[in-house]
Amino acid sequence: MSQAEATDLGLKIGQAEVTGMGLTMYRMSSWLKSPRPYLMVIGFAFLLATWYFTVEVWKLPRFQDMPGITEVFSEWFSKDPYYGLSIYTPEYYKHILISLRRIAYAFFLATILGVPLGLFLGWSKTLREYIFPLFEVFRPIPVLAWVPLAIIIFSGSETPVIFLTFLASFFATTLNTMLGVESIDESYSRAAYCLGASRWQTFKHVVVPGAMPYIFTGLQISIGVAWFSLVAGEMVSGQYGLGYLINTSYMMIEYPKIIIGMITLGVIGYSTSALVRLAGDYMMQWRVRELALGDN
Amino acid sequence: MNMMGEEMQPEVTKGAIRIEDVVKIYDPDGAAVMAVDHCSIDIPAGEICMIVGPSGCGKTTLLNAIAGFHDVTSGHIYLDDEMLCGPDNRKAEPGSDRIVVFQNGALFPWKTNLENIAFGPMMEGKLSKSEIYDKARSMMADAGLSGTENSYPGEVSSGLRRRVEIVRALMNDPKVLLFDEPYRALDSLTKSVMHEALLEIYYKNKVTIFFITHDLEEAIFLGHRLIIMSSRPCKPKKIVDVDIPHPRDYSVLTSPRFREIMNEAKGVVHEEAKKAFDAGEKEG
Repeated sequence: MSQAEATDLGLKIGQAEVTGMGLTMYRMSSWLKSPRPYLMVIGFAFLLATWYFTVEVWKLPRFQDMPGITEVFSEWFSKDPYYGLSIYTPEYYKHILISLRRIAYAFFLATILGVPLGLFLGWSKTLREYIFPLFEVFRPIPVLAWVPLAIIIFSGSETPVIFLTFLASFFATTLNTMLGVESIDESYSRAAYCLGASRWQTFKHVVVPGAMPYIFTGLQISIGVAWFSLVAGEMVSGQYGLGYLINTSYMMIEYPKIIIGMITLGVIGYSTSALVRLAGDYMMQWRVRELALGDN
Repeated sequence: MNMMGEEMQPEVTKGAIRIEDVVKIYDPDGAAVMAVDHCSIDIPAGEICMIVGPSGCGKTTLLNAIAGFHDVTSGHIYLDDEMLCGPDNRKAEPGSDRIVVFQNGALFPWKTNLENIAFGPMMEGKLSKSEIYDKARSMMADAGLSGTENSYPGEVSSGLRRRVEIVRALMNDPKVLLFDEPYRALDSLTKSVMHEALLEIYYKNKVTIFFITHDLEEAIFLGHRLIIMSSRPCKPKKIVDVDIPHPRDYSVLTSPRFREIMNEAKGVVHEEAKKAFDAGEKEG
Protein backbone atom coordinates (compact mmCIF):
# COMPACT_ATOMS: atom_id res chain seq x y z
CA MET A 1 0.00 0.00 0.00
CA SER A 2 1.47 3.33 -1.01
CA GLN A 3 2.00 6.24 1.34
CA ALA A 4 -0.62 8.31 -0.42
CA GLU A 5 -3.24 5.60 -0.07
CA ALA A 6 -2.34 5.15 3.57
CA THR A 7 -2.84 8.82 4.38
CA ASP A 8 -5.99 8.85 2.33
CA LEU A 9 -7.41 5.97 4.35
CA GLY A 10 -6.25 7.55 7.60
CA LEU A 11 -7.95 10.78 6.67
CA LYS A 12 -11.23 9.15 5.78
CA ILE A 13 -11.22 7.20 8.99
CA GLY A 14 -10.37 10.31 10.94
CA GLN A 15 -13.47 11.93 9.56
CA ALA A 16 -15.48 8.82 10.27
CA GLU A 17 -16.61 8.46 6.69
CA VAL A 18 -15.59 4.87 6.40
CA THR A 19 -18.47 2.64 7.34
CA GLY A 20 -18.07 -1.06 7.89
CA MET A 21 -19.20 -1.76 4.35
CA GLY A 22 -16.91 0.88 2.85
CA LEU A 23 -13.95 -0.53 4.64
CA THR A 24 -14.80 -4.05 3.53
CA MET A 25 -15.03 -2.88 -0.09
CA TYR A 26 -11.74 -1.07 0.23
CA ARG A 27 -10.05 -4.12 1.66
CA MET A 28 -11.56 -6.29 -1.07
CA SER A 29 -10.19 -4.10 -3.83
CA SER A 30 -6.73 -3.91 -2.31
CA TRP A 31 -6.81 -7.65 -1.81
CA LEU A 32 -7.56 -8.14 -5.52
CA LYS A 33 -4.66 -5.84 -6.40
CA SER A 34 -2.25 -7.83 -4.27
CA PRO A 35 -0.74 -11.17 -5.39
CA ARG A 36 -2.58 -13.04 -2.62
CA PRO A 37 -5.72 -14.20 -4.48
CA TYR A 38 -3.65 -15.51 -7.37
CA LEU A 39 -1.38 -17.44 -5.03
CA MET A 40 -4.52 -18.89 -3.50
CA VAL A 41 -5.76 -20.06 -6.90
CA ILE A 42 -2.38 -21.67 -7.56
CA GLY A 43 -2.60 -23.43 -4.20
CA PHE A 44 -5.98 -24.95 -5.05
CA ALA A 45 -4.86 -25.87 -8.55
CA PHE A 46 -1.87 -27.68 -7.10
CA LEU A 47 -4.05 -29.75 -4.78
CA LEU A 48 -6.53 -30.68 -7.52
CA ALA A 49 -3.71 -31.55 -9.93
CA THR A 50 -2.11 -33.84 -7.34
CA TRP A 51 -5.46 -35.56 -6.89
CA TYR A 52 -5.88 -35.96 -10.64
CA PHE A 53 -2.38 -37.28 -11.32
CA THR A 54 -2.11 -39.68 -8.37
CA VAL A 55 -5.45 -41.30 -8.97
CA GLU A 56 -6.15 -41.08 -12.69
CA VAL A 57 -2.82 -40.71 -14.46
CA TRP A 58 -0.22 -42.52 -12.36
CA LYS A 59 -2.74 -44.81 -10.64
CA LEU A 60 -0.56 -45.13 -7.53
CA PRO A 61 -1.05 -48.41 -5.59
CA ARG A 62 -2.91 -47.14 -2.53
CA PHE A 63 -5.03 -44.80 -4.59
CA GLN A 64 -6.83 -47.35 -6.72
CA ASP A 65 -10.06 -47.33 -4.72
CA MET A 66 -10.06 -43.61 -4.29
CA PRO A 67 -12.57 -41.84 -6.55
CA GLY A 68 -10.91 -39.63 -9.11
CA ILE A 69 -11.54 -35.96 -9.57
CA THR A 70 -13.43 -36.40 -12.85
CA GLU A 71 -15.69 -39.06 -11.39
CA VAL A 72 -16.49 -36.99 -8.30
CA PHE A 73 -17.18 -33.78 -10.17
CA SER A 74 -19.22 -35.36 -12.94
CA GLU A 75 -21.30 -37.13 -10.29
CA TRP A 76 -21.64 -33.94 -8.22
CA PHE A 77 -22.88 -31.85 -11.15
CA SER A 78 -24.81 -34.58 -12.95
CA LYS A 79 -28.54 -34.23 -13.61
CA ASP A 80 -28.84 -37.99 -13.42
CA PRO A 81 -26.27 -39.05 -10.78
CA TYR A 82 -25.24 -42.68 -10.76
CA TYR A 83 -25.23 -42.87 -6.95
CA GLY A 84 -28.28 -40.66 -6.54
CA LEU A 85 -26.65 -37.55 -5.11
CA SER A 86 -25.79 -34.33 -6.93
CA ILE A 87 -26.56 -30.64 -6.81
CA TYR A 88 -29.77 -31.46 -8.73
CA THR A 89 -31.15 -33.89 -6.17
CA PRO A 90 -33.25 -32.56 -3.25
CA GLU A 91 -31.59 -35.12 -0.98
CA TYR A 92 -28.27 -33.27 -1.22
CA TYR A 93 -29.85 -30.12 0.18
CA LYS A 94 -31.69 -32.05 2.83
CA HIS A 95 -28.35 -33.31 4.19
CA ILE A 96 -26.95 -29.79 4.19
CA LEU A 97 -30.01 -28.20 5.77
CA ILE A 98 -30.30 -30.76 8.51
CA SER A 99 -26.63 -30.38 9.41
CA LEU A 100 -26.96 -26.61 9.33
CA ARG A 101 -30.03 -26.73 11.54
CA ARG A 102 -28.21 -28.82 14.13
CA ILE A 103 -25.25 -26.44 14.03
CA ALA A 104 -27.58 -23.47 14.42
CA TYR A 105 -29.30 -24.91 17.50
CA ALA A 106 -26.07 -26.02 19.12
CA PHE A 107 -24.14 -22.86 18.33
CA PHE A 108 -26.98 -20.64 19.49
CA LEU A 109 -27.34 -22.52 22.77
CA ALA A 110 -23.59 -22.59 23.35
CA THR A 111 -23.39 -18.84 22.77
CA ILE A 112 -26.32 -17.72 24.91
CA LEU A 113 -25.18 -19.96 27.76
CA GLY A 114 -21.42 -19.76 27.31
CA VAL A 115 -20.92 -16.02 26.89
CA PRO A 116 -22.78 -14.95 30.06
CA LEU A 117 -21.25 -17.79 32.05
CA GLY A 118 -17.77 -16.84 30.84
CA LEU A 119 -18.38 -13.18 31.64
CA PHE A 120 -19.46 -13.97 35.18
CA LEU A 121 -16.66 -16.48 35.71
CA GLY A 122 -14.14 -13.84 34.71
CA TRP A 123 -15.84 -11.14 36.73
CA SER A 124 -16.56 -12.89 40.00
CA LYS A 125 -13.65 -14.64 41.67
CA THR A 126 -15.99 -16.52 44.02
CA LEU A 127 -18.06 -17.95 41.18
CA ARG A 128 -14.87 -19.02 39.46
CA GLU A 129 -13.72 -20.91 42.55
CA TYR A 130 -16.99 -22.90 42.46
CA ILE A 131 -17.28 -23.66 38.81
CA PHE A 132 -13.92 -23.48 37.14
CA PRO A 133 -12.35 -26.67 38.61
CA LEU A 134 -15.42 -28.57 37.46
CA PHE A 135 -15.01 -27.05 34.09
CA GLU A 136 -11.38 -28.03 33.87
CA VAL A 137 -12.25 -31.66 34.50
CA PHE A 138 -15.05 -31.81 31.93
CA ARG A 139 -13.29 -29.88 29.21
CA PRO A 140 -10.60 -32.42 28.24
CA ILE A 141 -13.15 -35.23 27.79
CA PRO A 142 -13.38 -35.67 24.01
CA VAL A 143 -16.79 -35.38 22.40
CA LEU A 144 -16.61 -38.98 21.21
CA ALA A 145 -16.42 -40.16 24.80
CA TRP A 146 -19.75 -38.47 25.39
CA VAL A 147 -21.51 -40.38 22.61
CA PRO A 148 -22.83 -43.34 24.64
CA LEU A 149 -24.05 -41.14 27.47
CA ALA A 150 -25.67 -38.73 25.02
CA ILE A 151 -27.59 -41.59 23.42
CA ILE A 152 -28.66 -42.96 26.80
CA ILE A 153 -29.79 -39.61 28.22
CA PHE A 154 -31.43 -38.02 25.22
CA SER A 155 -34.30 -39.58 23.37
CA GLY A 156 -34.68 -39.75 19.63
CA SER A 157 -31.90 -39.28 17.14
CA GLU A 158 -31.86 -35.51 16.94
CA THR A 159 -31.21 -34.33 20.51
CA PRO A 160 -28.13 -36.50 21.16
CA VAL A 161 -26.45 -35.06 18.06
CA ILE A 162 -27.33 -31.50 19.03
CA PHE A 163 -26.10 -32.12 22.56
CA LEU A 164 -22.75 -33.44 21.32
CA THR A 165 -22.36 -30.51 18.95
CA PHE A 166 -23.27 -28.08 21.69
CA LEU A 167 -20.83 -29.51 24.19
CA ALA A 168 -17.52 -28.64 22.56
CA SER A 169 -18.81 -25.25 21.41
CA PHE A 170 -19.95 -24.40 24.88
CA PHE A 171 -16.56 -25.10 26.44
CA ALA A 172 -14.71 -23.09 23.80
CA THR A 173 -17.05 -20.12 24.12
CA THR A 174 -17.11 -20.04 27.90
CA LEU A 175 -13.37 -20.44 28.30
CA ASN A 176 -12.49 -17.75 25.77
CA THR A 177 -15.01 -15.34 27.23
CA MET A 178 -13.53 -15.87 30.66
CA LEU A 179 -10.01 -15.32 29.34
CA GLY A 180 -11.32 -12.21 27.62
CA VAL A 181 -12.51 -10.74 30.90
CA GLU A 182 -9.20 -11.61 32.55
CA SER A 183 -7.26 -10.00 29.72
CA ILE A 184 -8.82 -6.58 30.27
CA ASP A 185 -6.27 -4.13 31.60
CA GLU A 186 -7.13 -3.32 35.21
CA SER A 187 -6.75 0.40 34.56
CA TYR A 188 -9.94 0.37 32.46
CA SER A 189 -12.13 -0.70 35.34
CA ARG A 190 -10.21 1.56 37.70
CA ALA A 191 -10.80 4.45 35.33
CA ALA A 192 -14.49 3.60 35.24
CA TYR A 193 -14.72 3.58 39.04
CA CYS A 194 -12.82 6.87 39.17
CA LEU A 195 -15.31 8.40 36.77
CA GLY A 196 -18.12 7.40 39.08
CA ALA A 197 -19.37 4.18 37.48
CA SER A 198 -21.03 1.60 39.71
CA ARG A 199 -19.98 -2.04 39.69
CA TRP A 200 -22.80 -2.97 37.32
CA GLN A 201 -22.08 -0.01 35.00
CA THR A 202 -18.44 -1.06 34.92
CA PHE A 203 -19.50 -4.57 33.98
CA LYS A 204 -21.69 -3.29 31.17
CA HIS A 205 -19.39 -0.59 29.78
CA VAL A 206 -15.96 -2.08 30.44
CA VAL A 207 -16.10 -5.81 30.99
CA VAL A 208 -18.47 -6.77 28.20
CA PRO A 209 -16.97 -4.64 25.40
CA GLY A 210 -13.45 -5.27 26.68
CA ALA A 211 -13.91 -9.02 26.45
CA MET A 212 -15.54 -8.79 23.01
CA PRO A 213 -12.41 -9.55 20.93
CA TYR A 214 -11.82 -12.74 22.92
CA ILE A 215 -15.51 -13.63 22.79
CA PHE A 216 -15.42 -13.54 19.01
CA THR A 217 -12.21 -15.55 18.91
CA GLY A 218 -14.08 -18.03 21.09
CA LEU A 219 -17.05 -18.06 18.74
CA GLN A 220 -14.75 -18.71 15.78
CA ILE A 221 -13.28 -21.71 17.57
CA SER A 222 -16.75 -22.68 18.73
CA ILE A 223 -18.23 -22.85 15.24
CA GLY A 224 -15.22 -24.87 14.09
CA VAL A 225 -15.46 -27.46 16.83
CA ALA A 226 -19.24 -27.52 16.36
CA TRP A 227 -18.77 -28.92 12.85
CA PHE A 228 -16.17 -31.32 14.14
CA SER A 229 -18.46 -32.72 16.83
CA LEU A 230 -21.49 -32.63 14.56
CA VAL A 231 -19.89 -35.02 12.10
CA ALA A 232 -18.76 -37.26 14.94
CA GLY A 233 -22.31 -37.24 16.29
CA GLU A 234 -23.93 -37.83 12.92
CA MET A 235 -21.71 -40.79 12.22
CA VAL A 236 -23.02 -42.66 15.23
CA SER A 237 -26.52 -41.35 15.61
CA GLY A 238 -29.06 -39.46 13.59
CA GLN A 239 -30.48 -39.61 10.15
CA TYR A 240 -29.47 -37.31 7.35
CA GLY A 241 -26.75 -34.74 7.71
CA LEU A 242 -23.35 -34.54 6.03
CA GLY A 243 -21.62 -36.75 8.60
CA TYR A 244 -24.30 -39.36 8.13
CA LEU A 245 -23.92 -39.04 4.35
CA ILE A 246 -20.16 -39.66 4.54
CA ASN A 247 -20.52 -42.60 6.88
CA THR A 248 -23.32 -44.38 4.99
CA SER A 249 -21.60 -43.80 1.65
CA TYR A 250 -18.61 -45.61 3.07
CA MET A 251 -20.78 -48.52 4.22
CA MET A 252 -22.50 -48.69 0.84
CA ILE A 253 -19.22 -48.41 -1.08
CA GLU A 254 -20.44 -45.25 -2.86
CA TYR A 255 -17.07 -43.57 -2.61
CA PRO A 256 -17.64 -40.45 -4.75
CA LYS A 257 -20.37 -39.40 -2.30
CA ILE A 258 -17.80 -39.39 0.51
CA ILE A 259 -15.73 -36.81 -1.33
CA ILE A 260 -18.81 -34.76 -2.23
CA GLY A 261 -19.79 -34.74 1.44
CA MET A 262 -16.31 -33.75 2.53
CA ILE A 263 -15.94 -30.85 0.11
CA THR A 264 -19.42 -29.63 0.99
CA LEU A 265 -18.50 -29.72 4.67
CA GLY A 266 -15.39 -27.69 3.98
CA VAL A 267 -17.21 -25.02 2.01
CA ILE A 268 -20.16 -24.72 4.40
CA GLY A 269 -17.94 -24.83 7.46
CA TYR A 270 -15.78 -22.08 6.05
CA SER A 271 -18.86 -19.97 5.24
CA THR A 272 -20.23 -20.22 8.77
CA SER A 273 -16.84 -19.19 10.16
CA ALA A 274 -16.77 -16.24 7.80
CA LEU A 275 -20.25 -15.24 8.97
CA VAL A 276 -19.14 -15.27 12.59
CA ARG A 277 -16.11 -13.15 11.68
CA LEU A 278 -18.31 -10.67 9.81
CA ALA A 279 -20.64 -10.40 12.78
CA GLY A 280 -17.61 -9.72 14.97
CA ASP A 281 -16.31 -6.99 12.68
CA TYR A 282 -19.74 -5.44 12.61
CA MET A 283 -19.96 -5.35 16.39
CA MET A 284 -16.40 -4.16 16.93
CA GLN A 285 -15.99 -1.23 14.56
CA TRP A 286 -13.40 0.25 16.92
CA ARG A 287 -11.21 -2.78 16.48
CA VAL A 288 -11.65 -2.98 12.72
CA ARG A 289 -10.62 0.64 12.39
CA GLU A 290 -7.67 0.25 14.72
CA LEU A 291 -6.42 -2.79 12.84
CA ALA A 292 -6.99 -1.13 9.48
CA LEU A 293 -4.59 1.62 10.52
CA GLY A 294 -2.19 -0.84 12.05
CA ASP A 295 -1.62 -3.43 9.38
CA ASN A 296 -1.93 -1.54 6.13
CA MET B 1 9.50 37.79 40.38
CA ASN B 2 8.25 36.31 43.59
CA MET B 3 5.41 38.74 43.76
CA MET B 4 4.34 37.92 40.26
CA GLY B 5 4.52 34.26 41.12
CA GLU B 6 2.23 34.85 44.04
CA GLU B 7 -0.17 36.78 41.87
CA MET B 8 -0.43 33.90 39.44
CA GLN B 9 -1.04 31.34 42.16
CA PRO B 10 -4.39 29.81 41.39
CA GLU B 11 -7.26 30.87 43.60
CA VAL B 12 -8.74 27.52 44.36
CA THR B 13 -10.51 26.73 47.55
CA LYS B 14 -11.20 23.05 47.16
CA GLY B 15 -8.95 20.08 46.62
CA ALA B 16 -6.40 20.27 49.42
CA ILE B 17 -4.85 16.89 50.13
CA ARG B 18 -3.38 16.01 53.49
CA ILE B 19 -1.45 12.78 53.80
CA GLU B 20 -0.76 12.05 57.44
CA ASP B 21 1.67 9.46 58.64
CA VAL B 22 0.70 6.92 55.98
CA VAL B 23 2.33 3.51 56.13
CA LYS B 24 1.85 0.78 53.56
CA ILE B 25 3.27 -2.66 54.12
CA TYR B 26 2.91 -5.29 51.41
CA ASP B 27 2.90 -8.87 52.47
CA PRO B 28 3.11 -10.84 49.26
CA ASP B 29 4.84 -14.06 50.34
CA GLY B 30 4.95 -13.80 54.08
CA ALA B 31 7.85 -11.39 53.96
CA ALA B 32 6.61 -7.92 54.82
CA VAL B 33 7.85 -5.21 52.48
CA MET B 34 7.44 -1.63 53.54
CA ALA B 35 6.49 0.41 50.50
CA VAL B 36 5.57 3.67 52.23
CA ASP B 37 7.09 4.67 55.55
CA HIS B 38 5.33 7.22 57.76
CA CYS B 39 4.78 9.59 54.92
CA SER B 40 3.20 13.00 55.50
CA ILE B 41 2.55 15.45 52.69
CA ASP B 42 0.40 18.58 52.69
CA ILE B 43 -0.81 19.80 49.31
CA PRO B 44 -2.71 23.10 49.26
CA ALA B 45 -5.73 23.42 46.97
CA GLY B 46 -4.83 24.23 43.40
CA GLU B 47 -1.17 23.31 43.65
CA ILE B 48 0.71 21.31 41.05
CA CYS B 49 2.64 19.00 43.31
CA MET B 50 5.28 16.88 41.65
CA ILE B 51 6.23 13.66 43.39
CA VAL B 52 9.70 12.79 42.16
CA GLY B 53 11.50 9.58 42.86
CA PRO B 54 13.21 6.64 41.25
CA SER B 55 11.09 4.00 39.54
CA GLY B 56 9.67 1.52 41.97
CA CYS B 57 10.09 3.68 45.06
CA GLY B 58 6.45 3.41 46.10
CA LYS B 59 5.09 6.64 44.61
CA THR B 60 2.33 4.81 42.79
CA THR B 61 1.33 3.09 46.04
CA LEU B 62 0.66 6.51 47.48
CA LEU B 63 -1.36 7.54 44.43
CA ASN B 64 -3.38 4.33 44.56
CA ALA B 65 -4.17 4.98 48.20
CA ILE B 66 -5.51 8.45 47.41
CA ALA B 67 -7.48 7.16 44.41
CA GLY B 68 -8.93 4.32 46.46
CA PHE B 69 -7.44 1.40 44.54
CA HIS B 70 -5.47 0.10 47.51
CA ASP B 71 -5.71 0.22 51.27
CA VAL B 72 -3.10 1.68 53.59
CA THR B 73 -1.66 -0.11 56.60
CA SER B 74 -2.01 2.92 58.85
CA GLY B 75 -2.33 6.69 58.70
CA HIS B 76 -4.90 9.12 57.36
CA ILE B 77 -5.58 10.77 54.02
CA TYR B 78 -7.85 13.81 53.90
CA LEU B 79 -9.36 15.60 50.93
CA ASP B 80 -10.22 19.06 52.23
CA ASP B 81 -11.80 18.16 55.57
CA GLU B 82 -13.20 14.84 54.52
CA MET B 83 -11.30 11.79 55.66
CA LEU B 84 -10.74 9.48 52.65
CA CYS B 85 -9.10 6.75 54.62
CA GLY B 86 -8.19 6.30 58.22
CA PRO B 87 -8.31 3.77 61.02
CA ASP B 88 -11.94 2.82 60.31
CA ASN B 89 -11.72 2.46 56.58
CA ARG B 90 -8.29 1.52 55.37
CA LYS B 91 -9.28 1.79 51.74
CA ALA B 92 -10.71 5.00 50.31
CA GLU B 93 -13.79 4.74 48.10
CA PRO B 94 -12.88 5.67 44.48
CA GLY B 95 -14.79 8.75 43.46
CA SER B 96 -15.09 11.31 40.73
CA ASP B 97 -13.62 14.06 42.94
CA ARG B 98 -10.20 12.43 42.43
CA ILE B 99 -9.53 11.22 38.92
CA VAL B 100 -6.48 9.29 37.82
CA VAL B 101 -4.73 9.78 34.49
CA PHE B 102 -3.02 6.46 34.00
CA GLN B 103 0.52 5.64 32.99
CA ASN B 104 -0.45 3.82 29.82
CA GLY B 105 -3.67 5.68 29.25
CA ALA B 106 -7.05 4.22 30.02
CA LEU B 107 -9.37 5.64 27.39
CA PHE B 108 -11.85 2.91 26.53
CA PRO B 109 -10.81 1.75 23.06
CA TRP B 110 -14.38 0.63 22.30
CA LYS B 111 -15.83 4.09 22.79
CA THR B 112 -15.23 7.09 20.54
CA ASN B 113 -13.35 10.05 21.97
CA LEU B 114 -16.63 11.86 22.48
CA GLU B 115 -18.23 8.89 24.24
CA ASN B 116 -15.15 8.57 26.41
CA ILE B 117 -15.35 12.18 27.46
CA ALA B 118 -19.07 11.91 28.13
CA PHE B 119 -18.60 8.73 30.18
CA GLY B 120 -18.43 10.20 33.69
CA PRO B 121 -21.56 12.37 33.50
CA MET B 122 -23.41 9.61 31.61
CA MET B 123 -22.74 7.21 34.49
CA GLU B 124 -23.84 9.83 36.97
CA GLY B 125 -27.07 10.24 35.01
CA LYS B 126 -27.97 13.69 36.33
CA LEU B 127 -27.99 15.48 32.97
CA SER B 128 -29.65 14.46 29.73
CA LYS B 129 -27.57 12.86 27.03
CA SER B 130 -27.78 15.89 24.75
CA GLU B 131 -26.68 18.25 27.54
CA ILE B 132 -23.73 16.03 28.32
CA TYR B 133 -22.70 15.69 24.67
CA ASP B 134 -22.95 19.46 24.16
CA LYS B 135 -20.72 20.07 27.15
CA ALA B 136 -18.31 17.38 25.97
CA ARG B 137 -18.11 18.95 22.50
CA SER B 138 -17.42 22.39 23.86
CA MET B 139 -14.76 21.11 26.25
CA MET B 140 -13.14 19.25 23.36
CA ALA B 141 -13.17 22.44 21.31
CA ASP B 142 -11.51 24.31 24.21
CA ALA B 143 -8.76 21.74 24.37
CA GLY B 144 -8.19 21.86 20.59
CA LEU B 145 -9.71 18.44 20.04
CA SER B 146 -12.43 19.39 17.57
CA GLY B 147 -12.68 17.05 14.63
CA THR B 148 -11.67 13.96 16.58
CA GLU B 149 -15.02 13.42 18.32
CA ASN B 150 -16.01 10.38 16.33
CA SER B 151 -12.60 8.77 16.09
CA TYR B 152 -11.73 5.91 18.35
CA PRO B 153 -8.74 6.37 20.66
CA GLY B 154 -6.82 3.75 18.70
CA GLU B 155 -6.99 5.93 15.61
CA VAL B 156 -5.34 9.05 17.00
CA SER B 157 -1.82 9.85 18.20
CA SER B 158 -0.76 9.00 21.73
CA GLY B 159 -0.32 12.70 22.54
CA LEU B 160 -3.89 13.41 21.50
CA ARG B 161 -5.14 10.46 23.53
CA ARG B 162 -3.56 11.91 26.67
CA ARG B 163 -5.35 15.19 26.08
CA VAL B 164 -8.66 13.40 25.58
CA GLU B 165 -8.06 11.55 28.81
CA ILE B 166 -7.45 14.77 30.73
CA VAL B 167 -10.58 16.33 29.27
CA ARG B 168 -12.52 13.19 30.24
CA ALA B 169 -11.31 13.66 33.81
CA LEU B 170 -12.22 17.35 33.82
CA MET B 171 -15.78 16.62 32.65
CA ASN B 172 -16.53 15.33 36.14
CA ASP B 173 -15.35 18.60 37.65
CA PRO B 174 -12.89 16.87 39.97
CA LYS B 175 -11.07 18.52 42.85
CA VAL B 176 -7.89 16.61 42.22
CA LEU B 177 -6.19 15.09 39.20
CA LEU B 178 -3.81 12.26 39.96
CA PHE B 179 -1.22 11.70 37.25
CA ASP B 180 0.69 8.44 37.30
CA GLU B 181 3.66 9.18 35.04
CA PRO B 182 1.33 9.77 32.11
CA TYR B 183 4.02 10.91 29.71
CA ARG B 184 6.51 8.19 30.48
CA ALA B 185 6.08 6.41 27.18
CA LEU B 186 6.09 9.54 25.00
CA ASP B 187 9.14 10.74 23.10
CA SER B 188 10.75 13.91 24.40
CA LEU B 189 9.42 16.14 21.60
CA THR B 190 5.83 15.04 22.13
CA LYS B 191 6.40 15.35 25.86
CA SER B 192 7.34 19.02 25.62
CA VAL B 193 4.20 19.77 23.63
CA MET B 194 2.12 17.81 26.14
CA HIS B 195 3.55 19.76 29.05
CA GLU B 196 2.52 23.07 27.56
CA ALA B 197 -0.90 21.67 26.67
CA LEU B 198 -1.35 20.41 30.23
CA LEU B 199 -0.46 23.81 31.70
CA GLU B 200 -2.84 25.48 29.30
CA ILE B 201 -5.65 23.21 30.45
CA TYR B 202 -4.63 23.80 34.06
CA TYR B 203 -4.79 27.59 33.71
CA LYS B 204 -8.36 27.25 32.47
CA ASN B 205 -9.51 24.69 35.03
CA LYS B 206 -7.66 25.15 38.27
CA VAL B 207 -7.54 21.88 40.14
CA THR B 208 -5.07 20.32 42.50
CA ILE B 209 -2.58 18.18 40.62
CA PHE B 210 -0.75 15.28 42.19
CA PHE B 211 1.78 14.28 39.56
CA ILE B 212 4.15 11.36 39.80
CA THR B 213 7.27 11.40 37.68
CA HIS B 214 10.91 10.46 37.63
CA ASP B 215 11.75 13.06 35.03
CA LEU B 216 13.26 16.01 36.84
CA GLU B 217 12.94 18.42 33.93
CA GLU B 218 9.25 17.62 33.63
CA ALA B 219 8.82 18.07 37.38
CA ILE B 220 10.45 21.49 37.51
CA PHE B 221 8.75 22.73 34.38
CA LEU B 222 5.26 21.85 35.56
CA GLY B 223 5.31 21.98 39.34
CA HIS B 224 4.84 24.60 41.99
CA ARG B 225 6.69 22.26 44.28
CA LEU B 226 8.79 19.12 44.03
CA ILE B 227 8.62 16.49 46.67
CA ILE B 228 11.62 14.27 46.20
CA MET B 229 10.97 10.85 47.66
CA SER B 230 13.48 8.49 49.12
CA SER B 231 13.82 5.06 47.60
CA ARG B 232 11.80 2.23 49.13
CA PRO B 233 10.40 2.66 51.68
CA CYS B 234 9.01 5.80 50.22
CA LYS B 235 8.92 8.99 52.27
CA PRO B 236 9.59 12.65 51.46
CA LYS B 237 13.27 13.38 51.52
CA LYS B 238 13.51 16.91 50.23
CA ILE B 239 11.04 19.56 49.21
CA VAL B 240 12.02 22.01 46.49
CA ASP B 241 9.93 25.11 45.82
CA VAL B 242 9.89 26.08 42.17
CA ASP B 243 9.64 29.85 42.35
CA ILE B 244 9.39 30.33 38.59
CA PRO B 245 6.15 32.24 37.97
CA HIS B 246 3.22 30.72 36.13
CA PRO B 247 2.10 30.88 33.37
CA ARG B 248 5.19 29.21 32.06
CA ASP B 249 6.21 28.28 28.57
CA TYR B 250 9.12 26.35 27.23
CA SER B 251 11.51 29.28 27.42
CA VAL B 252 11.84 28.77 31.19
CA LEU B 253 13.76 25.58 30.48
CA THR B 254 16.78 27.63 29.50
CA SER B 255 16.44 30.22 32.24
CA PRO B 256 19.21 30.42 34.88
CA ARG B 257 16.73 29.88 37.72
CA PHE B 258 15.59 26.62 36.12
CA ARG B 259 19.20 25.45 36.01
CA GLU B 260 19.73 26.41 39.64
CA ILE B 261 16.71 24.43 40.80
CA MET B 262 17.77 21.55 38.60
CA ASN B 263 21.19 21.52 40.24
CA GLU B 264 19.68 21.70 43.68
CA ALA B 265 17.39 18.74 43.05
CA LYS B 266 19.61 16.60 40.91
CA GLY B 267 22.05 15.56 43.64
CA VAL B 268 19.27 14.24 45.85
CA VAL B 269 17.45 12.45 43.05
CA HIS B 270 20.62 10.83 41.82
CA GLU B 271 21.50 9.59 45.26
CA GLU B 272 18.08 7.93 45.61
CA ALA B 273 18.21 6.50 42.13
CA LYS B 274 21.57 4.97 42.97
CA LYS B 275 20.18 3.46 46.16
CA ALA B 276 17.27 1.96 44.23
CA PHE B 277 19.62 0.68 41.56
CA ASP B 278 21.91 -0.98 44.09
CA ALA B 279 18.95 -2.58 45.82
CA GLY B 280 17.87 -3.94 42.43
CA GLU B 281 14.25 -2.97 42.91
CA LYS B 282 11.79 -3.78 40.20
CA GLU B 283 10.34 -0.78 38.40
CA GLY B 284 6.65 -0.42 38.99
